[in-house]
Amino acid sequence: MAHRALAHKSTDDVAIAVADLKAGEELTIHSLEGGKTHRIKLLEDIPLGHKIALKDLPEGHVVIEYGEKVGRMTKPVKKGGCVHVHNIRTLRWDYGKPKAEGRKKARGASDA
Amino acid sequence: MPKKTASRGMQLTGYRRPNGAVGVRNHVLILPVDDLSNSAAEGVARLINGTTALPHPYGRLQFGEDLELTFRTLSGHGANANVHGVVVIGIEPNWTERVASAIARTGKPVETFSIERHGDLNVINAASRAAYRMVQDASELRREPVSVSELVLSIKCGESDPTLGLAGNKAQGRAVDRLVDMGASVIFGETSELTGGEHLIANRCATPALRRKFMQIYNDYIRMIEAQGVDLLGSQPTEGNIRGGLSTIEEKALGNIQKTGSRPINAVLGYAEPVKPGQGLVFMNSSSAGAEQVTLCAAGGSVLHFFTTGQGNIVGHPLIPVIKVSPNPITCATMSEHIDVKLPDLLVGEINLDQAADRILEVFERTANGRLTAAELLRHNEFVITRLYPSA
Repeated sequence: MAHRALAHKSTDDVAIAVADLKAGEELTIHSLEGGKTHRIKLLEDIPLGHKIALKDLPEGHVVIEYGEKVGRMTKPVKKGGCVHVHNIRTLRWDYGKPKAEGRKKARGASDA
Repeated sequence: MPKKTASRGMQLTGYRRPNGAVGVRNHVLILPVDDLSNSAAEGVARLINGTTALPHPYGRLQFGEDLELTFRTLSGHGANANVHGVVVIGIEPNWTERVASAIARTGKPVETFSIERHGDLNVINAASRAAYRMVQDASELRREPVSVSELVLSIKCGESDPTLGLAGNKAQGRAVDRLVDMGASVIFGETSELTGGEHLIANRCATPALRRKFMQIYNDYIRMIEAQGVDLLGSQPTEGNIRGGLSTIEEKALGNIQKTGSRPINAVLGYAEPVKPGQGLVFMNSSSAGAEQVTLCAAGGSVLHFFTTGQGNIVGHPLIPVIKVSPNPITCATMSEHIDVKLPDLLVGEINLDQAADRILEVFERTANGRLTAAELLRHNEFVITRLYPSA
């Protein structure tokens, strides 16, 4: 079957559009590693390669993709909305907090 | 044509050099040691059919580790098993001999020329006569059957987007696992683009000592960035990555790492250090810029490179074929002439990872046997020396 969007893991917070998707489209999203599927109605257009929120993600939420931490929400997004540079930032160097603290945490993670 | 799958055994041919190293191309290289010698090297390459010059802007007033890296990059290209013979040209004899003697240890034909006290025209005359003989000899060499286990290969992704982490790099990783299981050495690098997934790479290092060495290289790199008083946020992810949908360096790194497959990391090397066949998966410290990383891999001995791309990186190399793999349907449709292995059907789940890996390895087999890649046909001859600091 031809997928419209895919998640890496069913427990991830986001999935990836594998075609240009339109607002209002209703999708069943599978994950590459099996597990439960997600029923999502898109709140906005999402281009090929861009991320779809699989649940409501509040500001400050640490976003999981590939089962790993990939960033922190700087603004909330609703299930079915787009997650990209306008609402997510790296956890390295910054965290949206003073630089010194962000760097200390980045170093700690590097040593993990 | 009958469908071949890699698991049924590959029929590979190549050129076995005097030191036993196996190449898949048969170049005669005109190698300038320094910027001043580019004119003579390119002069020879224009005169003699079948030669390849490697012009570059460096090789003067460098010192210490940076000089050693430039020498290692130049002599590594001469020593590369895709090269039959090398004409080395430098402005003065001492550094010219240094580069040439490192290449000559492979037993392949090497001749040296220096420009001071002779001038460009006399050097072009003599060097062209040497190149003439080498090309004629090279033209009589025949391919012979070789094994995957005799090859050093390398991988990188560029102009990445999330289609790589979902599909292209996963398929490449499956292909890398199979190549490593068949005995090939496969080099990966891109130190900055492991940020966010460096713990996953560290966990795959075969010994605690390798793990410590890897983390030291990674942490040294991060300290180097921070010593500049900056971070990577302006350059990682790149504008192309962001356009394609990548939002953070962690997301980019986790996609990047998929192409390394799942096998243990058996060696952790510095820039352009030599790699031998049979080492399995090898990490080499490198920039994440395409041409710099491919150049470092070629200097380390890679004879063929796999390059996965989302948005359409078009890099090539003068001596080693670069196989371009993309799962992005827009890239495959709009930049078709640059892509050797097209996998949009994997992205939407119409084929599985094993079928995609079969497709990559079938093109690998044909390319190793002499089929020209997109980058070779389009003259993508990027050769970029990594510098560690400014010249004196």
